Amino acid sequence: MNNGILRVEGLKKHFLIGHRGVVKREPVTVKAVDGVFFSVQKGETFGLVGESGSGKSTIAYIAVGMYQPSEGTIYFRDRDLFADGLKRSRELRKELQIVFQDPGSSLNPRRTVRQILELPLSIHRPEEDPLQEAMRLLEMVELPIEYLHKYPQMLSGGEKQMVAVARALATNPSLIILDEPTSALDVSVQGKIINLLIRLQRELNLTYLFITHDLSLMRNVATRVAIMYLGKVCEVAEASEFFQNPQHPYTQMLLSSIPVVSDEEDAIKSKKIVSTGEIPSPVNVPSGCSFHTRCPHVMDVCRRIDPVMVETSRGHIARCHLFEQPPERK
Amino acid sequence: MAASAPLLDILDLAVHFRVYGGVLKVLDGVNFRVNTGEKVGLVGETGCGKTTTMKAILRILPVPPAVIPHGEIRFKGEDILKMKPDRLRKVRGRGISMIFQDPTAALNPVFTVGQQMEPVIQHTSPEGRRLSRRQVHDRAITPLQEVGLPDAERLLRSYPIQLSGGMRQRVCIGMALSTNPELLIADEPGTSLDVTIQDQVLRLLHDLVQKKQTSVILITHTLGVVREMTDRVYVMYAGNMVELAATHKLFSNPLHPYSQGLMKAVPRLTGGGVAEGIPGRIPTYQSPPTGCRFHPRCPHVMEICRELKPPFFKVDADHEVACFLYEGHGSARTAEAGAQ
Repeated sequence: MNNGILRVEGLKKHFLIGHRGVVKREPVTVKAVDGVFFSVQKGETFGLVGESGSGKSTIAYIAVGMYQPSEGTIYFRDRDLFADGLKRSRELRKELQIVFQDPGSSLNPRRTVRQILELPLSIHRPEEDPLQEAMRLLEMVELPIEYLHKYPQMLSGGEKQMVAVARALATNPSLIILDEPTSALDVSVQGKIINLLIRLQRELNLTYLFITHDLSLMRNVATRVAIMYLGKVCEVAEASEFFQNPQHPYTQMLLSSIPVVSDEEDAIKSKKIVSTGEIPSPVNVPSGCSFHTRCPHVMDVCRRIDPVMVETSRGHIARCHLFEQPPERK
Repeated sequence: MAASAPLLDILDLAVHFRVYGGVLKVLDGVNFRVNTGEKVGLVGETGCGKTTTMKAILRILPVPPAVIPHGEIRFKGEDILKMKPDRLRKVRGRGISMIFQDPTAALNPVFTVGQQMEPVIQHTSPEGRRLSRRQVHDRAITPLQEVGLPDAERLLRSYPIQLSGGMRQRVCIGMALSTNPELLIADEPGTSLDVTIQDQVLRLLHDLVQKKQTSVILITHTLGVVREMTDRVYVMYAGNMVELAATHKLFSNPLHPYSQGLMKAVPRLTGGGVAEGIPGRIPTYQSPPTGCRFHPRCPHVMEICRELKPPFFKVDADHEVACFLYEGHGSARTAEAGAQ
């Protein structure tokens, strides 16, 4: 788990949402991220998958410095991103960029595409000619140069997302966090953006942290995948291994729930576990393993003790008591 | 597929919206049929007119700005568009009921689940106002139990915000089916939910309509959901129906270039990369393309496509497509949109 370009170590983010009790006031927190470890290797596309409320976007926001972690930290090229709190050197900010889910709200409606692209250029690369660079960026995302003078509302959803990608590229980053970049778009548009992202990654030697809830999409873009459930990572594996040989019961449940469009896909869908139960509220996370309330293999130990990460085969890590070597002794 | 008389038959329906700056010709001569006991899917992307069609059926389109220049919506032979208000009230609920995409918006936040369900029961049961409050209350319990919600008694006293998204959608399903409708319109019933919860809700819906023999129209943009839930599918593009087929035929052999593009664009669990999708963008309804509305984006466009709107060509007993490529004969070009 070492020498990754981005290393998330014991990351926790608890949000205070109020207090409980009158005499003894206890803080009530949402454990959005609750002890996450993973590392992203240079040049790969690391997929972070989870349902709503699993904490995947919170990790993205922490990584770009929008939130301070409650505990743990993130290392970028072995440098602690939070060594100085939320303050970060310009050089570090330049390296890490983000593309948000909804381009309709992440682009300022009062600025033209040119203004949107020139702002990061003027801050991070003042030596360049901003107009020349803005034109080059548009070309990179395959949009016509006339678009420089358009406002976001004049563009389609897909085109807006391309502008958001161009803006992220403006600083010459080495890692881009893609937070559900296509979930607000129709399938027929999704493919274009995804293929553009793949081409840019190859040409510019980028590393992606790709956040999504769409496992079928993940199968096609990620080199490695991590699954999150209620603020914790349940399973990490190489993409091919992950889909062929899912270990964690939650992963199997997730895989059996996806609607698919062909018999070939039906055949590889895990049918062992059928989805049951509700996702618990992150305010009131179940004791022990947080998945125990929905797990068909639940054992006594699961209700009491939170399992640890176990390597089930090379590079394949699952957090489940089923794989812990004598399960009782923990 | 049931070959019985159509339960719902939409004939040449057009819906336009008069807005500042012109007329939006959204639906442009739509034909749609649901036979008794059938589960029909309606697929298409954002803004293609799926929801407009369904709202026209229940006559819940805002008029104005909406106008219906021509068309008929026959429910059991009777034109809904010509019904008197009291007749329409009987059709809504008992004849046709609907589940909306977002259960949070569908339920009123300031009333309890019970306060919202009980009028529905009272209004649609044959006894009507002769039912006592106690009886109405008791009858509200059964539909909640049917949708697998525990502790129905307490639930009736709960407000929607006290429930999770999945529970809210179950309440909506329970409410919609409590009237034992002949036709259920489900508009993206799982889209706002998480995958594992969507799977549960859809399986529940599937089992219930099977048990109650309800006919269903399922509207969605997720092709996988259609494949698992329906017998027959209509594909819609920019306010027109472009293809209709038995579900398995659409998935094994989509004929319309739009359906083919859509099918190819879906990322597969088997991997192999993501196809580019369909070039271009959806036309505006203010000045839609002449002829076939898909022609500016179509890879097989011909001269005739720009001039004439293609009629439906019957390629197979249960496969029709509105595309000039299939004019005159049944021999279909094979689409390689199967596995990859």
